[in-house]
Amino acid sequence: MPDAPGLELIRGEIERDCPGAVLATSYDRAQPALIVDLDRVLDVLRWLKDQPGHRYDFLSSFHAADYLPAQPRFGVHYELINRDRVERVRVKAMLADHGEELPEIDSCVELFPTAEAQEREVFDFFGIVFRGHPNLTRILMPDDYVGWPQRRDFPVGGEPVTFTYSEQRYD
Amino acid sequence: MTVNVGPHHPATHGVLRLVVDLEGEVVRELRPVIGYVHTGIEKSCEDKSYWKVIPFVERMDYVSYFFQMEAFCGAVERLVDLEIPPRARYLRTLFLELNRIHSHLVWLGTTALDLGAISMLWYCFRERDKILDLFEMATGQRMHTRYFQVGGVIEDIPLGFEAKCRAFAEEMPIRVGQYEDLLDRNEVFLSRTKGTGVVSRERLLELGVTGPLLRAAGDPWDLRKAFDYLAYPEMDFKIPVGTVGDNYDRYRVRVAEMVESSKIVLQCLDALPEGPFIAEDRKYVLPPRSELSTSMESLIHHFKLVTEGYRVPPGEVYYSIEHPRGELGCFVVADGSAKPARVHFRDPSFVNLQAFRDMAVDGYVADMIASLGMLDPILGGVDR
Amino acid sequence: MEVERRSLREKQLEARDVLRGDLEGEDLERYVEERVVTTTFEKVQNWARANSIFPLTFGLACCAIEAPISIVTARYDLARFGAEALRASPRQADLIILSGRVSIKMAPVVRRLYDQMLEPKWVMAMGACSSSAGMFANYAVVQGADKFMPVDIYVPGCPPRPEAVLYGFTKLQRKIMGNADQGWRRRYDAYGTEEWARGGPRSEPSPEAARAYEEARESVEALRDAGEPSLA
Repeated sequence: MPDAPGLELIRGEIERDCPGAVLATSYDRAQPALIVDLDRVLDVLRWLKDQPGHRYDFLSSFHAADYLPAQPRFGVHYELINRDRVERVRVKAMLADHGEELPEIDSCVELFPTAEAQEREVFDFFGIVFRGHPNLTRILMPDDYVGWPQRRDFPVGGEPVTFTYSEQRYD
Repeated sequence: MTVNVGPHHPATHGVLRLVVDLEGEVVRELRPVIGYVHTGIEKSCEDKSYWKVIPFVERMDYVSYFFQMEAFCGAVERLVDLEIPPRARYLRTLFLELNRIHSHLVWLGTTALDLGAISMLWYCFRERDKILDLFEMATGQRMHTRYFQVGGVIEDIPLGFEAKCRAFAEEMPIRVGQYEDLLDRNEVFLSRTKGTGVVSRERLLELGVTGPLLRAAGDPWDLRKAFDYLAYPEMDFKIPVGTVGDNYDRYRVRVAEMVESSKIVLQCLDALPEGPFIAEDRKYVLPPRSELSTSMESLIHHFKLVTEGYRVPPGEVYYSIEHPRGELGCFVVADGSAKPARVHFRDPSFVNLQAFRDMAVDGYVADMIASLGMLDPILGGVDR
Repeated sequence: MEVERRSLREKQLEARDVLRGDLEGEDLERYVEERVVTTTFEKVQNWARANSIFPLTFGLACCAIEAPISIVTARYDLARFGAEALRASPRQADLIILSGRVSIKMAPVVRRLYDQMLEPKWVMAMGACSSSAGMFANYAVVQGADKFMPVDIYVPGCPPRPEAVLYGFTKLQRKIMGNADQGWRRRYDAYGTEEWARGGPRSEPSPEAARAYEEARESVEALRDAGEPSLA
């Protein structure tokens, strides 16, 4: 992994080319992360992918998390790998919940085609809309399912286990 | 003509549904529909304390259960900054490699069955039963053993395990040689797999494909060698790499991996250090039962760990390992309580399935079945 | 019926008489009695059905690795119970083994497979997940396959050992042959002590459940009247 000074160097270089894109850096438990402004995500990803010397061209994973009750609520994470130097970096963008409207972010399918199914999964579970995605439909839940299961305020579901003596007396 | 293959079909490896547009016998367009075994594991994990999550996550990709356990336990160990003792590292590596052989045996048996070499199923499952005997000897269960815990492994290996494991690992390369004898000069097998399902290495990298599929296309990317984890830096093994990237190369790569894994198993047995098999930190690890009757602190620790579970300081970690099918990543968000706030698995089959369309389009339907076998998706992992 | 022990020479002479057509009277009756079993047609039919079950090759999740793959392999051979011919088509199969968790997306597919099977058909709910959702009490798994299809035998375990599945299989065979093994209830003559939680087979549905059922039925009828093609 790039260590903490290396991460700051990367941030400095990104500031030169895409000013204002990176909001913060975080180096927690030996994992570097760049927290990026929601609308500039694609710029940062493109910079990391194409910049000679920082070829983070392999998107290893794309996922989201719901940080309720903290706001902004949703965070999408891009795990990138630089295969030449064998280093990982995480790019994180926070999205706020707008009530009825679904939060939106640009899709990175053109940069990383691997994100196609992974973005569909994030849409299916969190209700985050990806602008520019070729086929944004539910992937794991049935097509007519209502609700975004992985959000923190969605109930786990299931039914309570019935024990004989806790029920009403049988007939 | 649009044909619907699955979700119940003799050849699909699990409940995968494919909507295939055919023109005669040539596949023109392919849309996989998944979600038929979606179990909501990631959501269930948010409701359970950390050690209860372990049986949940191991049921995701149900042929390689040790790998899911390792990904989750490794992620939590990084969150709590816990170092596992050397014996536990070697034991974990040993079981991971045995599970890798097990996964490849299931793959070989079922894929050869799909391609018509039916007797391979019986031979591969004969070996698989030997591995399951080893698992049962050490952990008590054939599958879904919940053997790895945060801090190490739950129990030491019993007497007699080493001899039996060594006998198995020495016999395995001979058996693999016998499998190759059965299949390598089989005209039908060769003509069905050579030259079919070719996807270029660049396209595979774009699609995020890892594991034997990428290695068959010529890229020697293996997380065991790239990132140091567990006891792999001390092991001496090679990474089989293919040339063309067709189905035959994928078959050869996996079969060669079985031999390399047997070598790793033997090296682990030779180098297994003495010592504790789980970390000593009682805040996260259960104390041994013999202490419960003499020490009050152990009793309190045991009580706290079993009822509430250990609390993990807030943070998030992404930890990935080399799964038989590619890169298995585990993303854990901890919020300071005894239950994880988010557990997400980057499953290799889920991402590899995106390459299936490229493998099958403009080929025959029969080649699509061969490609599906060589792609080796496990739908439990795809659907989670 | 007692069988007298006779010497080989006597049996040879008797065989020669039969072939010549010389055996008659009491000897002939005894000869036939020793070789012919009389029974009802139903018993023979059930015996034949039980010993030649064609399971459906249907695997959902982890239990699928233990059955139908592991029990047909050489160590835990299912073929010795007559169930060697696993059929892929539900039209040709007798037994559907629900091996694995039934998710909400898969439930209609399983039900359709079950409907496509021809009578007589049996269902084995293998494993904890298909019997009662196992450890997955959440939004995505149907809480037990018996919520939408009848189940004949439940085999617990996660996953059940192949020997357990074979034991369940032999119990199913006994059930098919007409004398279902009631286990301890027969040993201790404890019939009539079954307890059913609310909603069990012998209880009345609760008023809310009855009302919900009526509403669902009316809405489906309305759709069918309106010409919904999938309900025709």
